[in-house]
Amino acid sequence: MAVETQTVLEQVVAPAAPPPVSLWDGAWAVLAKEVRTEFRSHELLTTTAVFALMVVVMFSFSFDAAREAVRNFAPGLLWIAILFSGTLMLEPAFLREQANETLAALRLAPIPPYSILLGKTLASFFFLAITEALLLPVFVVLYNVPVAGVLPQLTLVLALGTLGIVVPGTLFSAVTAHARMRELLLPLLLLPVLTPVLIAGAESTAALLADPPEWPGLWLKVLAGADVIYLTTSYFLFESLLEE
Amino acid sequence: MEPAAGLGVSFAAAEKRYGAVRALRPTTLEFHRGEFTALLGPNGSGKSTLLRLAAQLLRPTSGTIQFHGPAGEVSAAEARRRLGVIAHATLLYDELTAEENLQLFARLYGLADTQAAISTRLAAAGLAGRESSLVRTFSRGMRQRLTVARALLHSPGLLLLDEPSTGLDAAACDWLAEELSRIHRAGCTIVMSTHQGGPALSLATRTVWLDAGRVVRDSAAVAQTILSVPPSSGPPPPSSGAVM
Repeated sequence: MAVETQTVLEQVVAPAAPPPVSLWDGAWAVLAKEVRTEFRSHELLTTTAVFALMVVVMFSFSFDAAREAVRNFAPGLLWIAILFSGTLMLEPAFLREQANETLAALRLAPIPPYSILLGKTLASFFFLAITEALLLPVFVVLYNVPVAGVLPQLTLVLALGTLGIVVPGTLFSAVTAHARMRELLLPLLLLPVLTPVLIAGAESTAALLADPPEWPGLWLKVLAGADVIYLTTSYFLFESLLEE
Repeated sequence: MEPAAGLGVSFAAAEKRYGAVRALRPTTLEFHRGEFTALLGPNGSGKSTLLRLAAQLLRPTSGTIQFHGPAGEVSAAEARRRLGVIAHATLLYDELTAEENLQLFARLYGLADTQAAISTRLAAAGLAGRESSLVRTFSRGMRQRLTVARALLHSPGLLLLDEPSTGLDAAACDWLAEELSRIHRAGCTIVMSTHQGGPALSLATRTVWLDAGRVVRDSAAVAQTILSVPPSSGPPPPSSGAVM
């Protein structure tokens, strides 16, 4: 009995602390948690995908897809659908941590604070990418825009643009999680910041969908530049934003 | 095992304000390694603020907070790896199973050989056989048991508890007291806030009373004062473990 008690005590208080957890290890743990939780509840993906599809379908009723002019406005419609559905998806990113104060649990863990944001940003990127993968075929059919020849380039544009949406979006989700009227506050804060991404994304897509397709070098640089600025800013701001 | 694995924490004129509200007035206080301190006081007296400062969830507006290990001062980052927190909220994810919750926190704390540790903690919490159940299906008592398992998973040297008995029935309170007694005997420093009685309170070796954000009575200070006075000139000293 005494030996058993001693064994339990040794398990409870160990003399040495475990080694530090790296930024990426912490981010992967948060990402895995987000993905597992979402695939169990399907809350975000279902609502976001349905919303994005509704936007694209409803706009298609307003325009004649047979007209050549569709190539001019279709890229903008695609990016508006992505932007709005992204905003819808990003709002609960930190809100979900309020239920049992789990954000405090993440903050208590010995991980770099940016791991929390990075993990959530990667999860948002993943979920929005899935939404785009569902959206793109519907967009191609409804607006009669062939993308087969430029699919790799279009994927690059979508990836850079999606990153440009989810990085500031996840950061602002952390800012607005405790605010009243957060449903209004997040789009109000986010949409002006995302204007460069919207313009560059739409212009890049328009160039790729032109006949013949063009390489949107300048607009891709704008997208990449916006991503770098957003990532850098979020890295330096996030820890102070976590303070209660 | 090394008996002095506990982690001490000292407040040097530490103060926390929210605008004009002084949640904790300048406080100088030390929780020694291996001590079991009960923080007592009415609602709004500053108990939770003091614990959140010790947990590094809040930064003091002024003053400093330092941690002490067996070999002297310990950095805040190092201390975070040795901190365990049991709060009002469970700090658990309802959409994850009991085992997945512990796996997540094991990863966040960089623990190796987690499966054995998780099984041990779940068994100790009386949750063997419920590993694969979602936390949202648990009763309040089961959640609190899992919360304790989560908090002890990384063998903390300093355990901070904020009203841990809230909502627990008598049997769960007894179980909690037994767990706390066990880890205290192993050398863990414990600081527990409560405004209720209960079995856990009787374990405290020191009591600190707070009111309106200031320490109004400290049993350690009282004992020190009495011991410093010649025996013939004062009343007999109370037992050091006396609580109420």
